[in-house]
Amino acid sequence: MELRKSYFADQRKDGLNEIGQPRPRLDSPGHVTGKTAYFADRNFPGMLHLKMVRSPHHHARIRAIDTSEAEKHPGVVKVLTAKDVPHNVYTILILIQIGPEDETVLADGKVRWKGEAVVAVLAETERAAQEAAAKVKVDYEVLPAVFDMEEALKPGAPLVNEYHGQNHYLYDSGECRKVRFGDVEAGFAEADHILEQTYQSSPIEHAPTETTGCVVAPEGNDRFTCYTNTQAMFFTLDNASIILQMPGSKLHFVGGTVGGGFGGKVDVIVEPIAILGAKLTGRPVCFIYSREEEMQISSPRAAEKVVIKDGVMNDGRIVARKVTGYTDAGAYSRHSPYGAQKGAAHYPGPYTIPNVWIDTYCVYTNRTPSSAMRGFGVTIGDFALEVQMDKLARLIGMDPLEFRFINAYRDGDMKAHRQPTEGAALIECMQEASRAANWPVAEKFMAMSSYRKGG
Amino acid sequence: MAKVPVQFTLNGSEKAEFIDSGTTLLHALRDKIGDTSPKGGCHQGTCGACSVIVDGELRLSCLTLAETCNGAVIRTTAGLAEGGVLHPLQRAFLDAFATQCGFCTPGMIMAAKVLLDRTPSPSREEVVEALSGNICRCTGYEPIIQAVLSAARSNSQNVA
Ligand code: FES
Ligand code: FES
Repeated sequence: MELRKSYFADQRKDGLNEIGQPRPRLDSPGHVTGKTAYFADRNFPGMLHLKMVRSPHHHARIRAIDTSEAEKHPGVVKVLTAKDVPHNVYTILILIQIGPEDETVLADGKVRWKGEAVVAVLAETERAAQEAAAKVKVDYEVLPAVFDMEEALKPGAPLVNEYHGQNHYLYDSGECRKVRFGDVEAGFAEADHILEQTYQSSPIEHAPTETTGCVVAPEGNDRFTCYTNTQAMFFTLDNASIILQMPGSKLHFVGGTVGGGFGGKVDVIVEPIAILGAKLTGRPVCFIYSREEEMQISSPRAAEKVVIKDGVMNDGRIVARKVTGYTDAGAYSRHSPYGAQKGAAHYPGPYTIPNVWIDTYCVYTNRTPSSAMRGFGVTIGDFALEVQMDKLARLIGMDPLEFRFINAYRDGDMKAHRQPTEGAALIECMQEASRAANWPVAEKFMAMSSYRKGG
Repeated sequence: MAKVPVQFTLNGSEKAEFIDSGTTLLHALRDKIGDTSPKGGCHQGTCGACSVIVDGELRLSCLTLAETCNGAVIRTTAGLAEGGVLHPLQRAFLDAFATQCGFCTPGMIMAAKVLLDRTPSPSREEVVEALSGNICRCTGYEPIIQAVLSAARSNSQNVA
């Protein structure tokens, strides 16, 4: 690959000595010799195995839980229910003041998605834990469930999560995150054409080769060492500290070696309950998702629905854009309120549009809680936006790449969410793409620059 | 549960253990013997991360009962480097950036080794076929294929 150093040469001080040079990865020697220590490669004498009893229903009230048979099962050491968890209702982003706490470590009185953790069984062997988990009796009263975001937002829909009180996240701006810029209706009035389209996506599982899990060892000094494949070490430590009502100084997290994450390992799910198990039994505990759990239980990328209405002129300028975005959080918030908010800032895309109106909703349904995945909040939006850009170009009979040059943001342009554009390089990227893909555009576009004064 | 004895050669050294009947070779290697180079990605024979070599054959250790390996000669990625010198496949995986998170890597290297032991100069198609039971979720397939081909080339240079 050729590295063009001419772009922005006057802005750069480093001479790009490293970029473009192959450098060996520091972790590869461990990988090719099998020496890299993943969390599951830690084995401690007397280690217990934790298995979850999970909800078979999408939405149900729990009338009673009977763990007596499970407790008698040979090899079982401890059975945990909601009452054993010091601070059972939590939410990950409380650390950055995004509440309310809305999720239970172990279900208390209600389950809100199929697969929700209800009872944790700790036993001498994986097999004993599995067999005992099957002996836990939970008496459920099945409740009506809602799986579709627009159904969930209708009045009278089953209430998914009482901690919110309605089936959407309540932002300080109200029922949705809003961006208002210019006068979108005036923009539509002046437009030569208007195009409204709806785009939808399904949840996507990260499917890392190494499943989610941790190994916890109680230490002699009353501390707990947690070997984990979390992608969010300090987030997990701080949330574990809240859930366990245990000072952070008692927790020692060892991690950073992740057998594939892609955003799927940023939720705080396995560590707190495993640490609790280690605390209550005084023994090391291993909690690792089976492949089935990884596919079914771990948070996927959220399903999204994006409605885009654009006003475009015959000369190629987009003069108005109105977007309504829906993010399916599933039953609990996790990272979704943040993802939906990111979308609100992002929907104009890398384009400068004078009149913008955006509403993004974070919606609760009885589906598996969704969370982070590679660029969540903007990835599906980008798919929708770029398909929309192609359709707009076709509508006015313009080359799709030239159409993007006309609307590309440049340094100094004000974005709809009131951040001035800095360090833009879209035009330069498209110029390279035009050359690399042998997709020629008019000379005037090849002469453009992201610098305003550059042309 | 009744314990059964198993005895085999692992990477050149004799191993003997008492295990629970029904223990998989993957668990026996990892939890009993302490060779954690084979990885458990699915425990159901679909990912290939647990691949090891038993008597010259590529085996999914998660689907192999340890007690069926009595007297066998077993090789894992942990025993591939000799005297601290990387095997050509290990060298090639390093040089070709064929490993990202590394979780699939020991299994990939095992599958590639069985291929090169039998077919020292494989075609690209033969490499793809040999690795078809091994999943890499970090999307490293092309660098992995290139690494195996380049290891084959460096092998044949060494022989020549
Ligand atoms: S762990 Fe054996 S094939 Fe996946
Ligand atoms: S390098 Fe991560 S699965 Fe292959």
